Amino acid sequence: MATAAAHQAYGTTEDTADTGAYERAFDAAVAADERIEPRDWMPDAYRATLVRQMAQHAHSEIIGMQPEANWITRAPSLRRKAILMAKVQDEAGHGLYLYSAAETLGTSRDELLDKLHSGRQKYSSIFNYPTLTWADVGAIGWLVDGAAITNQVPLCRCSYGPYARAMVRICKEESFHQRQGYELLLALGRGTPEQHAMAQDAVNRWWWPSLMMFGPPDDESAHSAQSMTWKIKRHSNDELRQRFVDICVPQAESLGLTLPDPDLRWNEERGHYDFGPIDWTEFKEVLKGNGPCNEQRLTQRRRAHEEGAWVRESAAAYAARHTSRTDGASKPGETGATRA
Amino acid sequence: MTNTDWPLWEVFVRSRRGLSHTHAGSLHAPDAEFALRNARDLYTRRGEGVSIWVVPSSAITASSPDEKDPFFEPAADKPYRHPTFYEIPEGVKHL
Repeated sequence: MATAAAHQAYGTTEDTADTGAYERAFDAAVAADERIEPRDWMPDAYRATLVRQMAQHAHSEIIGMQPEANWITRAPSLRRKAILMAKVQDEAGHGLYLYSAAETLGTSRDELLDKLHSGRQKYSSIFNYPTLTWADVGAIGWLVDGAAITNQVPLCRCSYGPYARAMVRICKEESFHQRQGYELLLALGRGTPEQHAMAQDAVNRWWWPSLMMFGPPDDESAHSAQSMTWKIKRHSNDELRQRFVDICVPQAESLGLTLPDPDLRWNEERGHYDFGPIDWTEFKEVLKGNGPCNEQRLTQRRRAHEEGAWVRESAAAYAARHTSRTDGASKPGETGATRA
Repeated sequence: MTNTDWPLWEVFVRSRRGLSHTHAGSLHAPDAEFALRNARDLYTRRGEGVSIWVVPSSAITASSPDEKDPFFEPAADKPYRHPTFYEIPEGVKHL
């Protein structure tokens, strides 16, 4: 029996005659480091976890366009402006890769966007902080994208095939994002005393929120253990956070900037940098919606969606008329652009 | 909130001449022309391709993962289709 649509999700547990055998096959595939593909049987909870994580990830990419787009019109040179536009466009692209990957699990684009707009699905709380100066564009590239890369590189080996493939593509592109941010801060750091101070101020404000991007400490992380068993996640939050701190300290030294943590020092015994306590109260408050920009980000997203409605509608109307005129068929996508 | 249910398209990209098109991902678009343009913007921002195909996802017929074993089984017991099946005396060249 062949089934239409390569992406069509496989039935849920209720539809299957012998769940036990399917579950054993799934567990064996995960244990053998094989990838799970869209139409394979998978536990409902695995599917739900992936939808939640991938949706949140996709939402973060498109909400993340806002704080940086804030500076496009005020970029200090054409070079910086072109770079920033390319970066913001990449973030849109990353969102689209991830939405497509999430849709292979049986959810729809409209459903995902509705859940973002109504606050039922979240995005990374880092984007609820404001970009107050031009140096923030550099700090976001270096620290926020740097933390994202540290989180995302292991996701390239995630057990769910479409998610892993999307992450491979994203990680390749993120590297440019981080380097442009670092270069921007370097230019400011070597500039006038005012420029140096502006760079330092941006790093001071973005450092701690960047460390929070790795999520709560391991002993308080609700989903970690199960995600590790399913190989959606490969390293714990604290492990990745430590890796990021170790990477950043020498990079900050090369920038001639300091990290705002008096407890930051090399621990010979552990072979890692020790760092001070993170203010998890702030993290929880921002997560709850009480960050500086939560309201602004969602309002702007909803407005962009509503104001784009006429574009979507006219494109659909054009497509319908064009299709019926060319071949009389009402089926979408038969205008023959796929010739080799 | 207004949504428009644009169909899903699968995107295949030829990375350079001499290679076949490879599946890159999927996207939504109202028609084939827009699907091609969106695919260009989404999957070839860094010169990843010299040619793109877009195919409506609904037009793809896929084998079922459920019967993967019986479906592919006929190939499993025919080792003589592989060159390594054959024993050739040592020293025989170009074979």
